[in-house]
Amino acid sequence: MWADQVWAVLRKDVLLEARSRANVNAIVFFAGLVLLVFSFALGPNRAHLQTAAAGILWLALIFSGVLAFGRIYQIEAENGAFEGLLLVAQNRSAIYLGKMLGATVVMLLVEIVLVPLMAVLYDLDLSGGMPILLLACLLGTIGFAAVGALYGALTMSLRAREVLLPLLLLPVTVPILLGAVKATGVALNGGHGDLAVWIELLVAFDIVFVTAGLLTFEYAVGE
Amino acid sequence: MSGTPALELLRVAKLYGHTAALKATSLRLEVGETLALLGPNGSGKTTLLKIVAGVIAPTLGRGSVLGLDLEQDRRELRAAIGFLAAESYLYEDLTAEENLRFVLTMAGRRPDEPAVRAMLGRVGLVAQARERTRSFSSGMKRRLALARVLVLQPRLLLLDEPYTNLDAEGADLIDEAVRQAVAGEGSVVLATHDAERALALADSVAALERGVVRYAGSVAGYRMLGAQHVG
Repeated sequence: MWADQVWAVLRKDVLLEARSRANVNAIVFFAGLVLLVFSFALGPNRAHLQTAAAGILWLALIFSGVLAFGRIYQIEAENGAFEGLLLVAQNRSAIYLGKMLGATVVMLLVEIVLVPLMAVLYDLDLSGGMPILLLACLLGTIGFAAVGALYGALTMSLRAREVLLPLLLLPVTVPILLGAVKATGVALNGGHGDLAVWIELLVAFDIVFVTAGLLTFEYAVGE
Repeated sequence: MSGTPALELLRVAKLYGHTAALKATSLRLEVGETLALLGPNGSGKTTLLKIVAGVIAPTLGRGSVLGLDLEQDRRELRAAIGFLAAESYLYEDLTAEENLRFVLTMAGRRPDEPAVRAMLGRVGLVAQARERTRSFSSGMKRRLALARVLVLQPRLLLLDEPYTNLDAEGADLIDEAVRQAVAGEGSVVLATHDAERALALADSVAALERGVVRYAGSVAGYRMLGAQHVG
């Protein structure tokens, strides 16, 4: 039953996103623009581009994530839908997990467009490091979305939510972003030296953040 | 006045800063009865309903619904209370059918197709079952909002200005929902400006004015005292 409720929230969020399309289009455009601007700024030097690629990719994903986390609660604001949802939901943690997975799906869709675009703009060969890149993107996105889905709920009713969300979100997600950038760097530039450490860091923080979100969401959305 | 009441409020108050939206309000509603909650704008009707529904917490006082404490037993109360609020609580880009299925799932009920269809038929929206709510008129949205509440079969139904945006046929639907709820041992709190309509359905009346209960008692007593004297 709890799993059905998680699925219902996830399905509803993805369905609403697919029907409006405004958010994914805006996020992809914005993230693509970040990659393009940095490729111009760094010039045609292939070595410079490859060294900076992992950081720039995650910079674009951070901006995309902040937009996505705001949006998953913005769709609840119309007609007081979130209030209505809280009044009937038997398991509020299911709302959190559904929203977190919904944001993850949106961000992964953005990454599906962004990574090939980055490979073209930055002249990257992804064939060798693709499994590591996929793992780094997946784990990094889950951790980032775990915090974003919680803080998005905390800030949704505030007037200054657009300012407060990144201010609250980014300091907490530093370990996730650090691990994701380092693991992505290994995928793009080769070498496996510290990869296991960064992957372990990502897995550990994913578990911590998702668990914390499940346990605290009920209180985060109280009166 | 015996047994567990459907709703009991004891000196419940709600303050916003130094402004009191509701002052030391005590009310009792028996199971299987309807309470008409009357009063002008700003009298505290919506605040009272929101406290009972669990949208906001009271600043002072305590209360219970069907023996469950308003603050301690919130999770159990979610299954017992249905709240038709001023806002529809609908997702505009979901269809009518999807809105009902979603709310059933989240309430821990099975989203049966026949039950959803039957409820849409009851509010006259079966032909629009697969249309997005965004394309609905305000009256149709109000009907769907009613269906969203009734499909959960609540034991205490809270209706906040339910006749808003509804034509005569839609208003009759509300009256019928109240009668059916009471016939099934449910209880109803009906907050409205349409006093005559509410009094025709109600067993008791509470008249509020500026957050204070000016009258609480029988419909006959309310009529006898004259509405102008009791808010």
